[in-house]
Amino acid sequence: MVDHLTLGIETSCDETSVAILRNGQEILANVVYSQAHLHNKYGGVVPEIASRNHVKKLPFALQEALDQAKINLAEIALVGATHGPGLVGPLLVGLSSAKGIAYALGVPFVGVNHLEGHLFAHALEFPNEPPPFLGLIVSGGHTILVHVRAYGDYKVLGETRDDAAGEAFDKVGKLLGLDYPAGAALDKLARQGNPKAISLPRPMLNEVGVSQWQFSFAGLKTSIVYFLRDNPKGLPADIAASFQEAVVDVLIEKTLKAAVQLDTKRIVVVGGVAANSRLRERLQAEAQAFRKNVFFPPMALCTDNAAMIAAAAYFQHTQLHQKHSLDLAPMPGLRL
Amino acid sequence: MHDRELLSQSAEETRRIGQALAQQLKPGDCLVLIGNLGAGKTTLVQGLAEGLGISESVVSPTFTLMREYQGRLPLYHVDAYRIKHLDELREIGLEDTMLAEGIVAIEWGEKASKLLPKGCLEIAIELLPDQRRKIRIQQCA
Repeated sequence: MVDHLTLGIETSCDETSVAILRNGQEILANVVYSQAHLHNKYGGVVPEIASRNHVKKLPFALQEALDQAKINLAEIALVGATHGPGLVGPLLVGLSSAKGIAYALGVPFVGVNHLEGHLFAHALEFPNEPPPFLGLIVSGGHTILVHVRAYGDYKVLGETRDDAAGEAFDKVGKLLGLDYPAGAALDKLARQGNPKAISLPRPMLNEVGVSQWQFSFAGLKTSIVYFLRDNPKGLPADIAASFQEAVVDVLIEKTLKAAVQLDTKRIVVVGGVAANSRLRERLQAEAQAFRKNVFFPPMALCTDNAAMIAAAAYFQHTQLHQKHSLDLAPMPGLRL
Repeated sequence: MHDRELLSQSAEETRRIGQALAQQLKPGDCLVLIGNLGAGKTTLVQGLAEGLGISESVVSPTFTLMREYQGRLPLYHVDAYRIKHLDELREIGLEDTMLAEGIVAIEWGEKASKLLPKGCLEIAIELLPDQRRKIRIQQCA
């Protein structure tokens, strides 16, 4: 069988990423431009303004991906790119580039929903653990519980009503004087603190009906604002640990409850917050009592990247015979 | 619209203030929201959206910088929190949005002051020593 090569492009938010997959599964390259070595290699000191300047970064990321994969662009058989949700400008850059390449090569083009892309991080890492599973997409921009009945067949159970979990980490980190984005630093700080030091709410845990699957983290952030105002000498490590515990409690309780109710054996966690050590440890441990297996794809696939987009595009094209016309528009508000 | 100062006892009341404010807005109006983390800027915009007849839930726009909702008037909810340079707001099309016939509500709007048209409504939310908020609404010069 001749190898099938998929090119994936992801530019929905901050990251410019290009990936190449062999037969929809094997990652030959998964380049994220923000990687330091790329800055050095191309002599680019990227000024702050260019944080969104995907136009400048995409050609370098594409060349780097082709170099790493040791292929020529002409060998690409399918092009996939994120068409939403995200920022309209950045989406347009990736989408237009993808369409241009597909047109020039005379190969099919598939627009990918970024959120569906996140779920394909699991498909890439654990091909022998297919759906059905319960997905928790938890990042700086999203907090979504989704029943993945099959790839391509999703039922969203609930989302956040205000702040995403990762956003709450970033903002509470900021209140504690950590740099943005603060997820990793807060995680580290929390390890030195007492998670029971401060009594904080567990938002939305006692809801019933459809709202039982929804999340709300804005109020928790406000609780920390109150605490810091009234206890200016409060230990940052204790605050970080107590806050993290509240978020993790809510994420775990809702996730396990949903997995039990849907009777899914597998739980898949993707998105930047999947890097949180407390969430990983506790969910792995607590899921055992319910005989659920928890999967955390590696971080390079959990955060925004183009390999997951290429995998979703390959699936869409080969299994669902999807092929988009070249007038597909960016959809900033696209839902799963 | 007259300058005024309101006192909100709760998130629910902040939301109702947003709802009431929505009734007084006309296409092209711009609201600049100022206040620290946890002050209640998004809560006020959630009320504003309800007042504009938007059924979709309004979530934080911090990560995506801008979200658009359809109601009696379209609402463009912008967040300059992560913005480090004005050009980033230009790149997401803030100036074009300002020209649209909708309502623009921009959190951390003080960062975008140079891009804002004259006559914006400034809404400053301040957390008081208890859990109440002082909400000051005034026309920008």
